[in-house]
Amino acid sequence: MGMGAEIRKKLAKRAAQEIKQGMLVNLGIGIPSLVPDFLPKNFPVMFHAENGIIGMGPSPESGKEDGNLCNAGGHPVTLQTGGSYCDSATAFGIIRSERIDLTILGALQVSGNGDLANWIVPGKRIPGMGGAMDLAAKAKKVIVVMNHFDKSGASKLVKACTLPLTAPNCVHMIITELGVFTVTFEGLVLTDLFETYTFDDVVAKTDTEVKRANHIRIIKER
Amino acid sequence: MTENMFKKVTNRSSLTPLFKDGMSILFGGFGGVGTPPGLVDLILETGIKNLTLIGTDAGFPDIGIGKVITKKRAKKLIVSHIGSNPNAGAYMNAGELEIEFSPQGTLIERIRAGGMGLGGILSDIGIEAEIVNRNKEKVKVAEKEYLIEPAITSDVAIVYAKKADDYGNLIFDKSARNSNPFVATAGKITIVEALEIVPCGTLNPEEIITPGVFVDYIVESKGVNWQWAWEQK
Repeated sequence: MGMGAEIRKKLAKRAAQEIKQGMLVNLGIGIPSLVPDFLPKNFPVMFHAENGIIGMGPSPESGKEDGNLCNAGGHPVTLQTGGSYCDSATAFGIIRSERIDLTILGALQVSGNGDLANWIVPGKRIPGMGGAMDLAAKAKKVIVVMNHFDKSGASKLVKACTLPLTAPNCVHMIITELGVFTVTFEGLVLTDLFETYTFDDVVAKTDTEVKRANHIRIIKER
Repeated sequence: MTENMFKKVTNRSSLTPLFKDGMSILFGGFGGVGTPPGLVDLILETGIKNLTLIGTDAGFPDIGIGKVITKKRAKKLIVSHIGSNPNAGAYMNAGELEIEFSPQGTLIERIRAGGMGLGGILSDIGIEAEIVNRNKEKVKVAEKEYLIEPAITSDVAIVYAKKADDYGNLIFDKSARNSNPFVATAGKITIVEALEIVPCGTLNPEEIITPGVFVDYIVESKGVNWQWAWEQK
């Protein structure tokens, strides 16, 4: 999405802090796939993949790839100790029955009340929803990691999504290169700022109302 | 037991008469992983067209079911995703290909319902989305609203397995299992391409994923004959 590697890592690192011990976590493609790099070694978490992996491990070293062991994006992965394989119906049954503790996804737009649009640009790109609707609607916690602005420079945080929704009122947290937002009944609340930005910057650059948390944490670049 | 006493193990050329213009074909696989490469090629070789292809996604242009789509043999897809096969999107935009999108979890349950003798399933996934709820009835159960999602069956189902025995008992390989166990149940005729065919009694009965009762024909696989996206560098 035209975002530098350092910024992508910064967002992934912040998202990783939301992963707690024992969680079952589903990661989307793009920045979310970088999140495991920022977890402590041997952190007890299981990664779920829609194509039937519970306990997905990192990419294998070059030359050890297995064409029959890939993530939902089609890239070779490994199985962590304690992991298992299942069919697609079970993989999605796990999602629908609300056993995914956390999903971290990309987005095209998110509204102040947590509506998510991340699967279609009408008239431009119609990839299909894949598993996005299932995940957005049924994961216990949905975190969006995305660029704050679209290609035209417009805020992707909006009052109301203009793109078709993946699921309404499903997003709990949004992490952009400016800061971290929590979705509350009163709208977006800014909880973290990446250093160099101010609360006023964020308000000016965001197309929906943003409230200030009682305490705003400043995230240093290093 | 004597070898092949259920007469299911056969060769690809003897399967040719099963493939007909205008038929519906359920295919196993996810992004081509778990799609039977030899049966995809057989579909292409038979020259059949106007197909309705049903499965998780449209594969890649040269991978999995994507090869059949690229050659314009399909008139309709029922899938959850076409993002990895730009040809599918281009043909759809040109009005040459009809695509019915179904959320992935719903689609596999519709296939499972078809295979398990049910009329459909109730799901609330995408209930507010026009692309999902179009022409579907809603029903309330215990105060909660659901869409009635109709079951799916097909004329033929094609499946990729790691091992099959002579009866068609199947085990699969890692994430290549994906939709295959339920695709295997929902075809009027189910054809399995297996990397290894073994005599009955070889597979551990406790570890068989798909019982052979669902399988009509078994052919041996030569394995994947395409390059994966991650190999194309």
